[in-house]
Amino acid sequence: MTFRHRHLLGIAPLAPPEIVALLDLAQDYADAMRGGRKHWDALHGLTQINMFFENSTRTQASFEIAGKRLGADVMNMAMQASSVSKGETLIDTALTLNAMRPDLLVVRHPASGAVDLLAQKVDCAVLNAGDGRHEHPTQALLDALTIRRKKGRLHRLTVAICGDIAHSRVARSNLHLLGKMENRLRLVGPPTLIPAGAAEWGVEVCHDMESGLRDADVVMMLRLQRERMDGAFVPSEREYYHRYGLDAAKLSGAKADAIVMHPGPMNRGVEIDGTLADDINRSVIQEQVEMGVAVRMAAMDLLTRHLRAG
Amino acid sequence: MATLFTDARLIDPVAGVERRGDLRVVDGAIASPGPAAQVVECRGRCLAPGIVDWGVKIGEPGERHKESYRTAGLAAAAGGVTTMVCRPDTAPALDGPEALAHATALSAAARVRVHHMAALTQARGGRQMTEMGFLAARGAVAFTDADAVVRDARVLLRCLSYARSLGALVVGHPQEPTLSAGACATAGKFASLRGLPAVPAIAERMGLERDLALVEQAGARWHADQVTTATALDALRRAKAGGLPVTAGVSIHHLTLNALDVADFRTFFKLTPPLRDEDDRLAAVDAVADGTIDVIGSFHTPQDEESKRLPFQDAAPGAVGLETMLPAAMRLVHAGHLDLPSLWRALSLNPARILGLPGGTLEPGAPADLVLFDPDAPFVLDRWALRSKAKNTPFDGARLQGRVLATWVGGERVFERERAHA
Repeated sequence: MTFRHRHLLGIAPLAPPEIVALLDLAQDYADAMRGGRKHWDALHGLTQINMFFENSTRTQASFEIAGKRLGADVMNMAMQASSVSKGETLIDTALTLNAMRPDLLVVRHPASGAVDLLAQKVDCAVLNAGDGRHEHPTQALLDALTIRRKKGRLHRLTVAICGDIAHSRVARSNLHLLGKMENRLRLVGPPTLIPAGAAEWGVEVCHDMESGLRDADVVMMLRLQRERMDGAFVPSEREYYHRYGLDAAKLSGAKADAIVMHPGPMNRGVEIDGTLADDINRSVIQEQVEMGVAVRMAAMDLLTRHLRAG
Repeated sequence: MATLFTDARLIDPVAGVERRGDLRVVDGAIASPGPAAQVVECRGRCLAPGIVDWGVKIGEPGERHKESYRTAGLAAAAGGVTTMVCRPDTAPALDGPEALAHATALSAAARVRVHHMAALTQARGGRQMTEMGFLAARGAVAFTDADAVVRDARVLLRCLSYARSLGALVVGHPQEPTLSAGACATAGKFASLRGLPAVPAIAERMGLERDLALVEQAGARWHADQVTTATALDALRRAKAGGLPVTAGVSIHHLTLNALDVADFRTFFKLTPPLRDEDDRLAAVDAVADGTIDVIGSFHTPQDEESKRLPFQDAAPGAVGLETMLPAAMRLVHAGHLDLPSLWRALSLNPARILGLPGGTLEPGAPADLVLFDPDAPFVLDRWALRSKAKNTPFDGARLQGRVLATWVGGERVFERERAHA
């Protein structure tokens, strides 16, 4: 198939068949990798630059491995250490990199909308690796692929997204994706961490885990950032864990075969019980990481197909 | 010398009517009917008092690359604005009589009338009050820290009390700063989906209620620069009904745009305060119609391209508006919300009256500050055709109806649209 989008900036612009196509291709890559294959030539001769304006080890590594497995020349730029700290604007940085003729730019930025802005100024495909609290499309895609593999479908599931929704781009991209695929969505968390207007998104909002997790097929935990823990948004780490941390007791209200997800990195003992996170019967956290590479390979493959015409 | 404007739709905000007829101008002032040596044929187009635009930011001193008095004056004349009432949020702030004298001298480069508001506190810092007496004597028409809120209630109470002794007008920016810190959008469904830091609408009401309580205590004359939310408008209505001598304004952008216009992080729609929900926009339009809001201003805020070509939360707020205010305001007339005399009450008569300036009327004796415009002429706005140095308008590419044909200040024509563009 050809992909009608030049960039992957978010889930919001994607149509359901496009999401399915992306997941199908990612599934093929995942299966092949499980079979031991580690190399393709799809991106041979193409240059991929990872620009991370915000620290990330896991996502950057995942994009780097995905690019390398497809045969791309991958370069990582630590943007904090670059000319950005010398006052260069985002657009100038983009234009400078653009002049080096990359074929793919993978961008993470702390400001919502920054990756959209950058994409307007460059000639190559841009992949959003997370912008502020706005979108993180490959995370939602890898979550969707994991759910589809575990549940056998990606529709008519009850999905509870729990924790710090307000500051989470993962939650927003997942809401778009799972909403488009016609699932029943619940946002669960203290009112201080549920964004204003969330009730108008066509989701259920719950402020306690018991009602939020009832009969859920999928429980998606979000990371609570340390700077939000004390005082400002929740009273303390221990009270948060008591009320909203996922443990076996709270999970017992969900369906017996419910799966537990987490985008990582986890705070064991804050939003999730360590034993539960390691329970291979419930937790699919390691599979999420595995699918991350496959989904990113699929996205980069689709975004560069026009460069390999014929 | 006498000039006769013939066959005009005369917009009279004082009587609240419009009528077809002639208007005679003698020696720069409006006069009673009589003979005239010169004739301006209006051919049924609208002739109204020139707009008194309250809250214009000029880049002088400090940011002359964004706007100078000369370029702002050109934009004003082309927009039917005959008086610019300028904000003190320059760099450095207009907070002393010497700075005011300097600004007044520079303002001679503008082709329209210019008045200045001075800062309420030194450097708009909210601590030490300015020399209001000296500033008032040198012509400051009001005192305001613009969008910097005086956080310390005790300081504000003292400023208000001191201003009262001078009969001076204080202009406030209703906002609770602890809620609005870091915000660039109004809290709600849209801002949350876009992941933008947001301020709840009640922050405006909280700021307004605090200021109103202090005004009641101090007894000063007070004006809210912008009231843009339904919840704050209710508070304003209660205060006015209770007899408090307060007035309020709103920006043309908050009357014609809403939060959804930001769409995919369009920074030309980033304003202070941020654009509101459609319900709030309609409430503000109703408040202008029923007189709760007294003044419509452009809140002309020039920004260079660089300061807008940034991620939304990092971009500078504000929009230019001198040249686009009249056609944008005509949207309210064409939509049936307001008639022309009511609109001109808010654009021209009320700001002049509140600030104690002549003008805003077509009564004999008033200065002949006039705008001739075609209320129906359609056009597509091209921001690069604007006369301001800065081109940061949210109306780029917008279809608008209503064009200024000519503008006079004190009987002198300061703008005439070329026929090709008329």
